[in-house]
Amino acid sequence: MAMLIPTEDETMLRDAARGFLDDAAPVANLRANRDQGRAFDPDLWAEMVKMGWAGVLVGEDEGGSDMGFAAANILAEEMGRTLVASPFLSSAVIAASALRAAGRPAGAIASGDVTYALAVDEGPKFAPAATAMQASADGNGFRLSGTKTFVGEGTSATRILVLAKAEAGLTLFDLEADRVGLTRDKLDLVDSRDHAALTFDNVQATGEDVVGEVGQGLAALAPALRAGHAALAAELTGLSAGAFGITAAYLKERRQFGRRIGSFQALQHRAAHLWCEIEVSASTILNAGRVLDATPDEADLAVSLAKARATETANLAVREGVQMHGGIGMTDEYDMGFYMKRARVAAEWLGDYGYHAAVVARARGMAA
Amino acid sequence: MPDMGQESLADFRAEIADWIDRTAPASLRDRAFSEDDICWGGKRWVFTSDDQKVWLEACAERGLTAPTWPEAYGGAGFSRAQDKIFKEEMDRLRVKKPLDSFGLWMLGPALLAFGTEEQKRHFLPQITRGEVRWCQGYSEPGAGSDLASVQTRAEDMGDHWLVNGSKIWTSYADKADWIFALVRTDRDAPKHRGISFMLIDMESEGVTTKPIRLISGKSPFCETFFDNVRVPKSYGEGLSAIVGEQNRGWDVAKHLLTHEREMIGGGGSGLTGGRSVASVLADEGQDDPVIMGRAMKLGVDELAMNLTLDRYKDMAKQGGVGNASAMLKYYGTELNKARFELLMSAGGSDALAWEGPYGTLAPEWLRTKANSIEGGTSEVMLDILAKRVLELPGD
Repeated sequence: MAMLIPTEDETMLRDAARGFLDDAAPVANLRANRDQGRAFDPDLWAEMVKMGWAGVLVGEDEGGSDMGFAAANILAEEMGRTLVASPFLSSAVIAASALRAAGRPAGAIASGDVTYALAVDEGPKFAPAATAMQASADGNGFRLSGTKTFVGEGTSATRILVLAKAEAGLTLFDLEADRVGLTRDKLDLVDSRDHAALTFDNVQATGEDVVGEVGQGLAALAPALRAGHAALAAELTGLSAGAFGITAAYLKERRQFGRRIGSFQALQHRAAHLWCEIEVSASTILNAGRVLDATPDEADLAVSLAKARATETANLAVREGVQMHGGIGMTDEYDMGFYMKRARVAAEWLGDYGYHAAVVARARGMAA
Repeated sequence: MPDMGQESLADFRAEIADWIDRTAPASLRDRAFSEDDICWGGKRWVFTSDDQKVWLEACAERGLTAPTWPEAYGGAGFSRAQDKIFKEEMDRLRVKKPLDSFGLWMLGPALLAFGTEEQKRHFLPQITRGEVRWCQGYSEPGAGSDLASVQTRAEDMGDHWLVNGSKIWTSYADKADWIFALVRTDRDAPKHRGISFMLIDMESEGVTTKPIRLISGKSPFCETFFDNVRVPKSYGEGLSAIVGEQNRGWDVAKHLLTHEREMIGGGGSGLTGGRSVASVLADEGQDDPVIMGRAMKLGVDELAMNLTLDRYKDMAKQGGVGNASAMLKYYGTELNKARFELLMSAGGSDALAWEGPYGTLAPEWLRTKANSIEGGTSEVMLDILAKRVLELPGD
């Protein structure tokens, strides 16, 4: 049984990632990106590629660093701390896991030559099994028509993984983003990141474009979602820790009524409770990484537990973050709002609390 | 014991399972166990069956009543991994543990950390064999959350201490042979620096007990009174009545409270035994969406807490958890209370009887309300976390 504490290698990776990101990508970068109207900094992503982060789940034979899921979680968590925007989750975690599980080449992800987006959602909630977008038969191939929404990295990705319904059932396709008939519209969401709505108008696809088997799209998607759920949960846990760190520092510094506000028991107990929630959620992230690395096909419970917990904890962390800061927490000038906005978007992405709590309940034999 | 590889752990599992299977009497297996089934040992213990005695002796012989204690003190010297396997196999084979006691949970760990070699060799095997039953004398009517203000005092009379005062919430004091108590040995020192951790024979003249009835009904809690009790300074060569240094009993108590918090926090999980909310809902043919939703959230939180207990055990093994263990106590007990609230809601009026379709669920629910009071209230735990872990300012 692998221990639920970081290995030496993992601690080194975390220290290295934190050292790099504190310097290269503080929250100020997110603000600068937003003010310049760009979703992320391509130069920063190039640096991450150089450090092997883009290839964290790509085999060494393809030029990846192949560090594994627990390592991917650590990187995602560190990025969450300072709200780093990058194609890491969509490309390096989600797409790389799907391609690798299906035996497709993923070296171009590791080298940074391509970035991916995952197009699943069609309505306001994550429900891959209810996908309605059509992939109608067209000779030996398919024609895809319909719309996708809330596609992370949707405007910047060079390739798209898209789930559509063929005659044989749901099927996962791997397409260039500039294929004829595919249009991408930027969605201006509260977290100032790259999200898009995609419209497919008779987009041609061949059997070569199918990831896994025709009609087995959910199976092809499963490894990608497991990895994505865990890494997004890790990002949210990093986000919680980041927001909490800023809040705790403020409690020690801000003075009212002639005392530091952190000396008031009402605030102390709320801060301590929040810290407990963050600690308990952190265990689920470590566990998800361990289970994914040991038995990836049996990780549904572990990753949904992590996503459910991390979602709820981040929500509390940012609500308390704003409230404990008082008025300044409401100002755009202060960073806490960025944490709140990203937490809300990440809460919805890849399944909300209810979606994942239901997975956990079913895995434990509860009818839900 | 050195870390064992997976292969030797597998051998260990096979061997210990075989031993349990061959040794555990049939009457102590394959059924639900109530609190009454558990052997607490002690001079006055009346075994509920011959099998209970046989099983205790067989386990004590192999050190299995205290699996992780060193063999020299009556334990089995198991590693954490081995201990986990032993408990898993006991659960799997549906065998109840041979002995439970405050000696095992509390005094033992305190002696292992602070006792002299003679104290360990004398007191620990009495515990592992179930011969002596201990109770804990910490709280007083005037010293609850503010435990360090204990007033029970021990006056130095040369060859003995003269103890006067009273303790409250002393579980099973009326059944215990000995008590480990916090007593004031220096009334002039600052309150944390004048307390000693003292071992007292309950048969001493001047010790009396009185049971306390709780909202949940009969309880093991007692008040314990010390009226001019003479406690020898030494019970033999190297066997001081005080554990650790005189006037530094607070250190021992803090160590023990940390340990106790981990135990109580761990007890909060409903995953390995007991009823699940889902099963009660199913029995009642209920699908109330509000209760279902709460049950789902509880399920998420319980699993996360169980992983946290595992993680903290791993951290403890790597060098300590310290004040962060207050989190386990706070979070675990609050979860357990939530679980029983939900069980009561799910059971509806069928759950209201003192004894009914769900057994003694109602008094158990009432009893859980003490989880977040005993061993340090939730509020004290949050204070510890705020001040010692988060280092929030005191003024």
